[in-house]
Amino acid sequence: MSLFGQVHVKNKKYKIKGDFHHLTPNMPIRNADDGWKLMGVTNPRDMTYIHMYGGEAPFFEALGEGKLLATRCDNPDCEFKGTVYQPFRIHCADCLGRNTVIDMTENAKTTATVHTFMVCERSGAFNVLDKPIKFINIEFEGVDTILMSYLSIGEPEIGMKVVPIFRTKNPTYTILDLSWVPAGTKAEDLPEGFSL
Amino acid sequence: MIKFSEQQLKIPRLMKPVYLVTAGQSKFGRAIPEKRTEELCVDALTMAADMINMSPAELKKYIHSCYYGHFADHFGDQLLGEAVIHDRLGLDPLGNIGIKTGGATGGSTLWEAVKAVASGYSDCVLAMGWERMDEVPTDEGNFLISCAADKDWESPLGHIYTGYYAVMAQKYWQVFGKSEDSFRKTLAEISVKHHGYARMNPFAQSPMKITVDDVLNSPVVAFPLRVLDCCLMSVGAACAIICDEDTAMKLTKDSPHKPLRIWVGAGSHTLRPADRRDMDIPLLPNETADQYKDLGKRFPGGDRYPGFTGFLGARIAAYYGYGMAGVKDPNEDLDVLELHDAFTISDVQTYEDIGVRPYGEGRDYVESGDCYHTNPNTGKPGRLPSNISGGLIGCMHAVGATGIMQTFEVAMHIWNRWAEIHGDDKRWKEFSREKPEDWTDLQVKGAKRGMAISHAGVGSHVTSTILMDPDHLLKKDA
Repeated sequence: MSLFGQVHVKNKKYKIKGDFHHLTPNMPIRNADDGWKLMGVTNPRDMTYIHMYGGEAPFFEALGEGKLLATRCDNPDCEFKGTVYQPFRIHCADCLGRNTVIDMTENAKTTATVHTFMVCERSGAFNVLDKPIKFINIEFEGVDTILMSYLSIGEPEIGMKVVPIFRTKNPTYTILDLSWVPAGTKAEDLPEGFSL
Repeated sequence: MIKFSEQQLKIPRLMKPVYLVTAGQSKFGRAIPEKRTEELCVDALTMAADMINMSPAELKKYIHSCYYGHFADHFGDQLLGEAVIHDRLGLDPLGNIGIKTGGATGGSTLWEAVKAVASGYSDCVLAMGWERMDEVPTDEGNFLISCAADKDWESPLGHIYTGYYAVMAQKYWQVFGKSEDSFRKTLAEISVKHHGYARMNPFAQSPMKITVDDVLNSPVVAFPLRVLDCCLMSVGAACAIICDEDTAMKLTKDSPHKPLRIWVGAGSHTLRPADRRDMDIPLLPNETADQYKDLGKRFPGGDRYPGFTGFLGARIAAYYGYGMAGVKDPNEDLDVLELHDAFTISDVQTYEDIGVRPYGEGRDYVESGDCYHTNPNTGKPGRLPSNISGGLIGCMHAVGATGIMQTFEVAMHIWNRWAEIHGDDKRWKEFSREKPEDWTDLQVKGAKRGMAISHAGVGSHVTSTILMDPDHLLKKDA
């Protein structure tokens, strides 16, 4: 039995275990309209990548702990000092100074509003969200940018007040650990694994 | 950035006049199983040579360096695909480089080609673009396209790019469209127009005679966008030969057309729309600051720029392009456009970004009939026809080739060769496509100047390619 590829880092080196690729035989592609002559072959490929979050790692770790982190430029020499970034941005877009990490969970719980939205009936391969997917773009008081995420309960509307929910049980450590529900939603109504 | 310095706003200057001498393209289709990509590229280059009554071998002798637009290595499953094409075209040992800027790859390839000639590095260059999107089924293709979004913050959200445009469509509809059904119908009109024009184009992949209701009843992809609001996934190639003045004159000695002056401007904005901060609207020459003072009052919610309703990258590309070529007002100075209609909504957004209409009033370009070859309201020629090729919705979106196809289309109008190329019975037959009985000549009569907009991501990269008949320039030192 194969083992999913697993990685940890020790002494700044990747330590890998398990299978990072799976072999599937290729198949011929033939022309049914012309005597089944050969036209090509399939090229199967199933491979696991090793992807590092770098300076964004605290953001993805915090989601599983029920916290929404953002960043702020505190460089006194920056023309745009005080800019707050959500999506979490490691460096200020203007001065390129290292931003300060801030916890904006409470801000999100009280000021998050749907800026725009859409309801997606289709998806690409490897999608794991239930369809229809309700994309929402969320604005917050005091935040200069507009976060893209998804609504787990209810029908989205522009101007709707929403609150963050976090996949604190079996987190995936991806952006999918963060979702949103209409303000006032009760904890018992949340999707499996999520908490307010 | 949300503030731009004087240095950054400097109008680019080419060191010498640059010309588009000829261009060519392959057939476009959702799948072309009978040909390898190199065969499509050879088709395009052979057509370019044929357009100026030369053989490919003769034309190749003039080429000094090569610029290849091929966006998605993972679609074609071939890294350094540019080198494969370069070898198969027999252009070694010339220098060559691959260019990839998402949907704007074709435009960016021309940008690089023009700069190579303008700098004096080469007198004659090849700009060739292609894409092979039939090596995976559609779901997997949507996944691969979504990989062009931020892979940690956006792609996992459904792995479908249409969604990133649908949020823009929703916002635009509610703010500038005032939630009116009539606005949704206007979006549908764009699809009807582009699929309809594709019927007259033998190269086009999706010719359709449809109605607004057909669009509104087509399956939802990402509400409010439906299948017929969306661009195609394509296979095909297109190329252009870009030269300095002496070479351009030599190459067109026995040609039915003259070389055209070419300029390309380029702009960008954050890959993630989420990162777009509020800023002042950069103005084009036909706008004044005053006209946007009350934008938020006239369209509540419309005061955040560019927000989810505009593309700063397109505006900046137009700003540079207009400055270089001397365009003051696209409505007055240009005769034909090819816009990057990745989705019906982005077509409307772009009308405003490039100054064809002020922000908030893009729908008028369609509703007035100005965007049509023949204005349906008056029966007279449209004031500034756009996407006569059928665009990305009706003709193709073989990503690396798209911006070059659009530019070629504009050139055909200025050369007055549109009917010759599109009406050729032999070509329809060669592509195994049926020429419609009501085939119509869509030549924009008297066209002297035009522009093609090539656009990537959700506005992450945009180029404006401006072509002019050299005898109808807008400024002497352009």
